[in-house]
Amino acid sequence: MTVVFKKTKGLTNKPLTYCPGCTHGIIHRLVAEVLEELNILDRSVLIASVGCSVMAYDFFNTDCIQAAHGRAPAVATGVKRVRPDSIVFTYQGDGDLASIGTGEIVQAAHRGENITVIFVNNAIYGMTGGQMAPTTLPGQITTTSPYGRDVKTQGEPIKMSELIATIPGTYYVERVMTADPVSVRKAKTAIKKAFQNQVDGKGFSMVEVLSSCNIGWGLSPVDSLKYIKERMAPYFPLGVYKDKGKAE
Amino acid sequence: MGKVLMKGNEAIAQAAISAGCEGFFGYPITPQNEVPEYMSKYLAKSGGVFVQAESELAAINMVYGAAAAGARVMTSSSSPGIALKQEGISYCAGAQLPVVIVSISRGGPGLGGILPSQGDYNQATRGGGNGDYRVIVLAPNGVQEATDMVRHAFKLADSYRIPVMVMADGIIGQMMEPVEIDTTPIPKAPNLWAATGQGKRAHTNMVNSMHLDPYELEDHNILLNNKYLEIAKNETDYEKYLCDDAEVLIVAYGTPSRIVKSAIKTLREEGIKAGLFRPKTLVPYPFDALHEASKSVKFVLVTELSMGQMIVDVKLAVNGLVPVHFYGRTGGVIFEPQEIVDAVKSHLGGK
Amino acid sequence: MKGRVSFDNDTCKGCGLCVSACPMKILALDLSKVNKIGYNPAYCIDQEKCIACTNCALMCPDSVITVERLDI
Repeated sequence: MTVVFKKTKGLTNKPLTYCPGCTHGIIHRLVAEVLEELNILDRSVLIASVGCSVMAYDFFNTDCIQAAHGRAPAVATGVKRVRPDSIVFTYQGDGDLASIGTGEIVQAAHRGENITVIFVNNAIYGMTGGQMAPTTLPGQITTTSPYGRDVKTQGEPIKMSELIATIPGTYYVERVMTADPVSVRKAKTAIKKAFQNQVDGKGFSMVEVLSSCNIGWGLSPVDSLKYIKERMAPYFPLGVYKDKGKAE
Repeated sequence: MGKVLMKGNEAIAQAAISAGCEGFFGYPITPQNEVPEYMSKYLAKSGGVFVQAESELAAINMVYGAAAAGARVMTSSSSPGIALKQEGISYCAGAQLPVVIVSISRGGPGLGGILPSQGDYNQATRGGGNGDYRVIVLAPNGVQEATDMVRHAFKLADSYRIPVMVMADGIIGQMMEPVEIDTTPIPKAPNLWAATGQGKRAHTNMVNSMHLDPYELEDHNILLNNKYLEIAKNETDYEKYLCDDAEVLIVAYGTPSRIVKSAIKTLREEGIKAGLFRPKTLVPYPFDALHEASKSVKFVLVTELSMGQMIVDVKLAVNGLVPVHFYGRTGGVIFEPQEIVDAVKSHLGGK
Repeated sequence: MKGRVSFDNDTCKGCGLCVSACPMKILALDLSKVNKIGYNPAYCIDQEKCIACTNCALMCPDSVITVERLDI
């Protein structure tokens, strides 16, 4: 017998603190597998953000720095500039990256920082109990949009990949999802590319991963995957939004 | 290197470079702009990194990241900008990061004005960041002392793993004085705790200010406080000028203390024995020394370029031994020596 | 038998994502057991039918699944 799948060395042995069925765990694993496969675990520095993934520093088998809410790209900039040989990545949710940290993510992209950003979009504030996020879908019920998101007063969900791709300094942006084994495999390919870009000194790479929050959404874990595919993906279309490597 | 004539802000920047600063992250704001400008010109030439951040929030968080990666780093700003940095300063303090913050203060509140002020004493010494923490605050009285204190700030930050603020008023930032900048290299701690990538280390490093377990957080805060008590014991600094025979004790810090010295000269010529007590460290504050110095005087006069903020610490130090009076100008207005002379006389006359 | 799937029963949170991802429909939650952390762990009801596709492991958020393939 040959082992064809086992837990990556990129993750520690600490049990993840995420709710059962939360696809944060899948995304953690994909990132950790990529770091292991690219043989860069010993060079990597994770910048953990604020939200459900606040304790990501406990789960990745790398050096870690915990950042203030929204500021991870600025912290990553500080690390990368003084330690250019390290592989620096942020792991941020939609509240962190698309709300309180819009300034930091836009400007890190604008400067073309040679960092990797993993942006987990589950359309809700999970950690604080399911409040409306900038990416909450129109009509979606959350604890602060109890009658459903009203786009007239609460705006339409922000599309970060599209936005970041317009910035000249950005090198690579792709949106993927974790809805089924096929999309998870594609997500890993994108994440690997985003890290390979940094290894090659190419510049700012961001992968937006559509993820689930079954507790916040009030759905079962399996139904949440359907929600990603049938509700989120149509509004947040998957695909490569920018790849300067293709143009080269 | 002999004395050279330099603008305060530029001398502060050069002092940081001489101290081995490896990274500077800042954002434009008057009256400290010459610090980032000088850094952008010269820091890279000495092997350091200069980044103009998009905001003060980003700048202090870049400092947080670079310090967490073990580099010797600083930022500078002025009053409204320091307000924005407070969140990051709290995180730096919580994560025990050695960072240097230069504050060239101006008038407030709000956008206020751009002329020199000491209205940020509370901001610097009490801070606006959340939680149980302290930062060291040094207050120079001129360009020479500002450069010495910037170098000292890097040493203190390294030895105690704590943010250190050098709070200079806009006068120091903008005036030119002859200055000799010490160029002795400052040895750097090995920073074995830094998150640089695991490398050959047996374990991973984590830089963090979060402790969800209440007992763990309590232990952490006790550790921070014990460190602060150690700093208070070892690093408290002040200057006493003509205090031995003084019947009136004037307390001032920063450049206004030099105006007070002129006033003291005038007062002594008129037969009034006045002396100056000048805290050089605002945190830790020289409570005990000031208490001693106030024992033999008729009263204490606190002078500040504010409506009175340090006076609270002076009252804590004097602890009711003698009356504590106040004289201040604010908004960017600087008092003349004669105003201090008149203030002293008015309180003497009232006796 | 082409493959073998095994679970770390103590850390499985019983979310069922592996169950729904399995093309052979050979995974289930064991409702007769409660593990150390209070969940019904996933298990394989018919190891003989496993094709070692790794879909279950790919979808497992908690990395509790190991998949082996029979060497031919």
